[in-house]
Amino acid sequence: MESTLAIEATSLEKSFGDVRAVCGVDLAVRRGSVYGMLGPNGAGKTTTIRMLATLLRPDAGEARILGHDVVREADEVRRLMSLTGQLASVDEDLTGQENLILIGRLLGYRRSDAKQRASDLLDAFGLSEAAGRLVKRFSGGMRRRLDIAASIVVTPELMFLDEPTTGLDPRSRNQVWDIVRALSDAGTTVLLCTQYLDEADRLADGIAVIDRGKVIAEGTPAQLKASVGSGALHIRLLDPDQRPDAEPIVARILAAEVHFEPDPAALSAPCESADLAAEVVGELSRMGIRVANFSVGQPSLDEVFLALTGHTAEEQTTDDEIHQHQASRSSASSSERSHIS
Amino acid sequence: MSTPETQRTEPPTLLEPDLHKALSSSRPPRASGLSAAVSFGWRGMLKVKHVPEQLLDVTITPVMFTLLFTYLFGGAIEGSTGAYRDYILPGVLVVAVTFTTVYSGIAINTDLTKGVVDRFRSLPIWPSAPLLGALLGDAVRYLVAATVIVVLGLILGFTPDGGVPGVLASIALVVVFCFGLSWVFTTLGLLMRSPNATMNAGFMSIFPLTFLSNVYVKPETLPAGLEAFVNVNPISILTSACRDLMAGNDASGDIAITLAVAAGLTAVFLPLTTRLYRTRSA
Repeated sequence: MESTLAIEATSLEKSFGDVRAVCGVDLAVRRGSVYGMLGPNGAGKTTTIRMLATLLRPDAGEARILGHDVVREADEVRRLMSLTGQLASVDEDLTGQENLILIGRLLGYRRSDAKQRASDLLDAFGLSEAAGRLVKRFSGGMRRRLDIAASIVVTPELMFLDEPTTGLDPRSRNQVWDIVRALSDAGTTVLLCTQYLDEADRLADGIAVIDRGKVIAEGTPAQLKASVGSGALHIRLLDPDQRPDAEPIVARILAAEVHFEPDPAALSAPCESADLAAEVVGELSRMGIRVANFSVGQPSLDEVFLALTGHTAEEQTTDDEIHQHQASRSSASSSERSHIS
Repeated sequence: MSTPETQRTEPPTLLEPDLHKALSSSRPPRASGLSAAVSFGWRGMLKVKHVPEQLLDVTITPVMFTLLFTYLFGGAIEGSTGAYRDYILPGVLVVAVTFTTVYSGIAINTDLTKGVVDRFRSLPIWPSAPLLGALLGDAVRYLVAATVIVVLGLILGFTPDGGVPGVLASIALVVVFCFGLSWVFTTLGLLMRSPNATMNAGFMSIFPLTFLSNVYVKPETLPAGLEAFVNVNPISILTSACRDLMAGNDASGDIAITLAVAAGLTAVFLPLTTRLYRTRSA
């Protein structure tokens, strides 16, 4: 029976010595979606991905990839998925072209077909000029693209991308994002691990926020943002002297406390809807208070993360902290986990 | 999900039609275990081609050993450099090629620490293919090292009575033994933290093993305890076999033991290496 889920994980656990890297991760990822796994360094994202990609055997729990068990049917899983890990998994002592031909041959292409696949992929990824160059002379962005190309020599049904843009310049990052979108358009399910909230927000249909080895929230980016509360109206006035006059007006219409920004001409307040924001701006201009610009923004995923975990996503978590945290939390019930979807 | 305001803030360098074309590919039939191993062998050859420096280690060390031992110790140990040259040359052949097996461990550790192993492990291929394939590249190194020693010996005046067949047979025996021995170092390579640590541990074990043998001195000149060890050291047995083969004598007993040791090492360490290769993470 074909499962409608690309990834189904139940209570996955993995420890390394005393450190419980993953302690009970559940995931359900629909086929064809781009699913983001968001969390700081050391949260257990990579360990989870490595278990799902058959590289690590779970200590407990089980996972099925496109209906196949990752332990008992590892070979079938490997046929359907591919992994682009944090380290670029390409051979530095070979050329870009040789790397792709090697993977093509290993996947069963005849020599001539493997060559053709390699050159198609090099063209598509803007690497044809560097095809004959040894990978150790590639830039970080080129290496990352080659790595992704190696993962799609045969277009996989499921692609694991572990922090694909970490350490890349903005241009290379945009290129990787384009590739992820194109993959998704072609029907590949993508599991994207990232510590960049921005990246998950742009690419993912669904996000699991993972912290200290557990999924602490999941939902669409919009649901996650909604969970922290409403958005905010940001207003910048032409004349900073008018800020005290503007404050009571904004406070009255939005029925909320107004916050003065560090910028002497700027103020902000929680705002439920764009309609209310328009009303505020209209009223201000009727009262002769000139508005330079305004925006209604949803909270960023950074704020979401902070609200959910009490710390920001960029904060580093040491193994010791993980351990202590787990020990103090071991009796906590699963109701602690906020279910949004 | 689309975020038009963030796309294309910079000119695209990826060609969209190419990208989509490159993604719409078919799935070939699965590669056989043999074909996968051959592909890994091809990888090994390419590495030799792109990084020919690695052959320098393999050639310079044995040349140095031959010259050093022949001219420095030859007179003292055997009375004449010529006699000593004939005594140690088969042994130096053994030492040169066994040293090369350490590089199998370094190579696998490099793959592990650089992350390439993750790629190979996530492919639907026969688990032993990367290991057996890598041996093909190793075989090239073994043959280069062996050839260098033999050619150097001939230049220095070594005239084996066993002739070409005797020399070829001893090279073949050394290569087969080293296939077996290399699994010990691939296992080591998968257990160590870095290529450097692998190299140190590897040479630290191969040095005493080759020195505490009959390669450089006659065992009967040694203290009894040491002599007993030297006589059962597989390196001594292999060296004796090579001496006899090159001298045109019967070596079947030593050959049989050497082949049995190689088979035994393979039987123990190949499965161990395969298992570690599947489970170790960098």
